[in-house]
Amino acid sequence: MKTLDRLAMPVRVFIVFSTLAGGFVRAADEQLSVDEIVNRTNRTAYYQGRDGSAKVLMTITDSQGRTRTREFAILRRDDPAPDGKDDDSHCGNQKFYVYFSRPADVNKMVFMVHKNVDREDERYLYLPALDLVKRIAATEKRTSFVGSDFLYEDVSGRNINDDTHELVETSQNYYVLKNTPKDPASVEFSHFKMWIHKTSFIPVKGEYYDKNGDKYREYSAEKVETVDGFTTVTKARMSDLKAKSATVIEYSNVKYNVNVPDDVFTERFLRKPPREFLR
Amino acid sequence: MPAGLQDAAGIKPGESSEPALPAGLEPSATPEEPGLPEGLTPAPVKSESNEPELPVGLGAAEKEKSESAQETGFPKLPFDISGFAEARGGVRADNDPYEKDCSIGETRLQLEAEKQVSLAGFKTTADFLYDPVFDRHKVDLEDGSGFVDLREANVTLTPVEFMDVKAGRQILTWGTGDMIFINDLFPKDWNSFLLGRDTEYLKAPSDAVKASAYSEIANLNIVYTPRFDSDRYVDGRRVSYWNDILGRRAGRDAVVRADKPDGWFDDDEIAGRLYRNISGYELAAYAYNGFWKSPAGFNPRSGKATFPELSVYGASGRGSVLKGIGNVEAGYYDSENDRNGDDPMIQNSQLRILAGYEQEVAEDFTAGGQYYIERMMGYGAYKRSLPPGSRRDDEYRHVVTLRLTKLLMNQNLSLSLFTFYSPTDGDAYLRPNVSYKIDDNWTAEVGGNVFIGEEDYTFFGQFEKDSNVYAAVRFNF
Repeated sequence: MKTLDRLAMPVRVFIVFSTLAGGFVRAADEQLSVDEIVNRTNRTAYYQGRDGSAKVLMTITDSQGRTRTREFAILRRDDPAPDGKDDDSHCGNQKFYVYFSRPADVNKMVFMVHKNVDREDERYLYLPALDLVKRIAATEKRTSFVGSDFLYEDVSGRNINDDTHELVETSQNYYVLKNTPKDPASVEFSHFKMWIHKTSFIPVKGEYYDKNGDKYREYSAEKVETVDGFTTVTKARMSDLKAKSATVIEYSNVKYNVNVPDDVFTERFLRKPPREFLR
Repeated sequence: MPAGLQDAAGIKPGESSEPALPAGLEPSATPEEPGLPEGLTPAPVKSESNEPELPVGLGAAEKEKSESAQETGFPKLPFDISGFAEARGGVRADNDPYEKDCSIGETRLQLEAEKQVSLAGFKTTADFLYDPVFDRHKVDLEDGSGFVDLREANVTLTPVEFMDVKAGRQILTWGTGDMIFINDLFPKDWNSFLLGRDTEYLKAPSDAVKASAYSEIANLNIVYTPRFDSDRYVDGRRVSYWNDILGRRAGRDAVVRADKPDGWFDDDEIAGRLYRNISGYELAAYAYNGFWKSPAGFNPRSGKATFPELSVYGASGRGSVLKGIGNVEAGYYDSENDRNGDDPMIQNSQLRILAGYEQEVAEDFTAGGQYYIERMMGYGAYKRSLPPGSRRDDEYRHVVTLRLTKLLMNQNLSLSLFTFYSPTDGDAYLRPNVSYKIDDNWTAEVGGNVFIGEEDYTFFGQFEKDSNVYAAVRFNF
């Protein structure tokens, strides 16, 4: 049950499945509106393909250099566009299935999220030792995911409507966005900046500033690979500059459009993990 | 690359092959390798601006060949094996004349092996343990005593696409209560719970077949247990209890002798659940036919406790409420051998109702509460049937629970408190626990089970002398 409490935190699933937004590459000098940049980045970071799977390794290093690891397999499925269009442009509700293998005390636990754009997400945790399907009551989105430096919201995608976005710079490589929360009391940052790669719309760097204007968190994409035609971040780092800790997240065995059925994201498959998709 | 992408990239003249990067990108990268540092990088290397280097794969040359999957570095066995080794010790906080001063002194090794052979999944979980506090070491797989406790040994099949079958020894759970069970009539191990074992051990295994069918309209689980699996109930061997016949607390001096129904296919149990999920709200209906899971009757002729026949019908709902999760559950306990309630030797029928709510109230701090009401049916008949001078139970029992959980130190330290409080019985049960994850393998915890009661015979109050503190270290692998 200790493990239960540890997982029963406001975790949201995250998958930094990023890809080259198909059909949207334009000449570098073409002007895009801020909204277009934001929308494409959101799609690139969280919505590539109809579905996807990957193995994830998180390495958390604290200020004293001690490391802890998290290993899990993740499945994602996007709800299809209501108009039936299959051009990957719909960024709606999503379902995630996270099957833990390490550390050993969370082995075989399953965390499942039905991410809803217009209402609270539904989060489930399955504890195999008790055969217990637990609902997770968690509304805080800016708390650590499984004890790492990534926050629930980093990894699931912060709702783009929660911030105002300004294009502060356009360099040869990047659009630099400054994002300011509409409700400053709801978050711990005053604003964050993102460096978005102009052709791939991959967020390459993020910097978070506290209420005093000091930078205290930093994100960087460290490795990008092309998988099934999708440009994908396969290694990224989040550093907490105050706690002097950092988490590296590495994706392997990334696959897109594997045709995960919708019913995998139900109680049945919490109790009976869908092995064919978790390999 | 899909055709659509190819076309788009092709718009640009002079585009090379691979990861569709415009010609303009390369020069902008520093002439050197980006050399991504192993440790924390401060600001990017470029002096004039704060601009990040391109990561490997976006224009920057690839330093190392992308090594794919991280191998788990575990020895290759023909099946997956995992488990833990644990040492756990505990002492009674109070002097209990009927029990040992040590409440628990266990060394435990759990091994779990899993294997998928085409369409069948096999799973075995066995605990090997030694506890000098307990002086009976004969293995009894039924009540879990002895040095082996077989927790799971089952096979899972999917005979048709819409159906799963799991047969063998298994742990089963359903229902919505947090430490309060209404429609979950699968066996519990109350001794483990009260003595401070990990919560996992509250669930005792069932030897059963579980068949599940799934459809768009609803899902159905049927669990058939061919021979009654009782709770591992409090019988005085490890935990002292209120003994009505002696009119006092008792323990090792008066171990409960019970007459447990044990005929194969005759003394069987069947439990069903019909459920569906509507927009995140989980609705379920339940039915059970079997026996009271802990002794609920007494046979004056044999002097033994009995497990009268029982049927239960109930329903539950769970889903988002306000900013948290709410749940309601109810069940009618039909005590078939004493429907009128006029047999003082058999527990009456009951109505049990529960409502709960849980919410994260601050970062990494969760609070949950429940209200539970248990009503004895046929109370008038019960009162009339009681022999004069005997102790009389109340018609209603109310229980409030509160769960508080706070995570600290990157969620490696967990502080939790679970409290049961009964305003009608005037008693309470507190379960404080502190656990710390030392590293990826080691966990240490300390905790307690504290019982407080105005009277010696109430539900929690009877365990007052069993109050204990425990500590444990566990190595997970």
